[in-house]
Amino acid sequence: MPGWLLTVWAAVVAMVVVFTFLTIMVMFSVWMERKVAGFIQHRVGPMRAGGFHGWAQSIADSIKLLFKEDLILIGADRKLFQIAPALVMATATAMFVVLPFAPGWQVADADLGVFLILALASVTTIGVIMAGWGSYNKWSVYGAMREAAQVASYEIPLALSLIPPILHYGTFSLATATEAQAGWGGMQWYVFSSAAPVAWLSFPLFFIAALAENKRAPFDLPEAESELVAGFHTEYTGIRFSFFFLEEYAAMFVMGAVGAALWFGGWNFPGIHLLEPGSALLQVLALFAFVAKAMALVFVMMWVRWTVPRLRIDQVMTLGYKYLTPLSMAVVLIAAFWEFGLHLIQD
Amino acid sequence: MGLQISFWIFSVIAVGGGLIALFERSVVRSAFALFGTFLGVAGLFLTLGADFLAWTQVLIYAGGIMVLYLFGLMLTKPSPFERNLRRIGLALGLTASFALLFFWRLFAGAEWGALPAAELPAPEPAARGIGLAFLRPEGWLYAFEFASIILLLALIGSVYIARRRSGPPPAEEAS
Repeated sequence: MPGWLLTVWAAVVAMVVVFTFLTIMVMFSVWMERKVAGFIQHRVGPMRAGGFHGWAQSIADSIKLLFKEDLILIGADRKLFQIAPALVMATATAMFVVLPFAPGWQVADADLGVFLILALASVTTIGVIMAGWGSYNKWSVYGAMREAAQVASYEIPLALSLIPPILHYGTFSLATATEAQAGWGGMQWYVFSSAAPVAWLSFPLFFIAALAENKRAPFDLPEAESELVAGFHTEYTGIRFSFFFLEEYAAMFVMGAVGAALWFGGWNFPGIHLLEPGSALLQVLALFAFVAKAMALVFVMMWVRWTVPRLRIDQVMTLGYKYLTPLSMAVVLIAAFWEFGLHLIQD
Repeated sequence: MGLQISFWIFSVIAVGGGLIALFERSVVRSAFALFGTFLGVAGLFLTLGADFLAWTQVLIYAGGIMVLYLFGLMLTKPSPFERNLRRIGLALGLTASFALLFFWRLFAGAEWGALPAAELPAPEPAARGIGLAFLRPEGWLYAFEFASIILLLALIGSVYIARRRSGPPPAEEAS
């Protein structure tokens, strides 16, 4: 088999693995979101499908979505309308490539992992704008414009708030940063490290900016259903709509995973040094730890969504430009001086 | 072989996007085609082993500048025939002459022939090298800091121009 064919084969296998994981994870997240919403609003959420606490609700929903009619309005820009879900889905899947799920379990240990995720997250925005424009619906265009304004203002704090951990570990690679947090029997996470105060300052900034970047409530202005029907995906039905849905939950998981890998030790867990490196038990536990940490952050995103009311667009802009951007710049400065001080102490 | 295939795929995306951007009647569609060109060019950078450049291209051009273009376009009044291709002659002439000049400078005295892929240097992680080159006094530190101060000035200036003025208008506007 020639080398390039091997590469293509590896890419196909990786794609199937990533897509399978993504689908299952999204189905679980949607069910979890509905249960979390239920508990926060003092009701029970889905209970019927599948028996135990409605665990099969997402499966039933996705089968229903697959069989829905695929509608395209007559005035719509058919090409853009059709490309947009594919673009959004492709970028969401591509972000999974650099996530370190366990030691060595990573599709590609890109040297620029975090950078790649930031770049692809900004491309998702283009897909959303494309969807809004192609839909031939004024609500969709409003949603797209809000998305453009919102993401243009929150991309800066998001990128800047990622700089402190990058400075501390001296790498863009999520796997290298995770390995560097393995001390103290798996407990030397960035939030417990020698730069802990900087980590506590930068993580809330990262989390808020990630919420805005993923257009999650209270920043879900692009699809504000009380004002814009459903925002940029008003006109989408069936499988195309489910692509946007998949993208939202995939992006949540990716942001949770980035937070987990840079601030909370990634796949490290307490007692990891007791296990033999490379053993199957360690791999499985590490995978479990990583997914659990990422899902814990996803849970916080859901918690925020069902607790905090939606902001107005001017509040979103004020928060982004007047508070988050200067704060993240200040945190970068503090992080730089802190790391400099650490080097002085060590030398 | 793989290199050639990816080169051709990304070239077709880049050039095709450019052609669509040029000849499409709707401005918004042109903008999206330009986005395809940015992605194609980023892919070409990747095939050359310049991963940092490629992802910067995606982040800044495809993700950032494109969003601002589209935002601006959506604030302007649409019309079905936004493009007037009759006025393209001067631009085409200028671009063609510049391109000719550029290629002449580039390829004057070049030795033609394909380098076998095996002899190309292996792509290596570039972020650390770029960072060290920029942030050392013997490197590009002063130019880098100068550029960042200019950008900061531009940022503060734009905020000053755009901010809402409360109270009576200043004297120079009243006069």
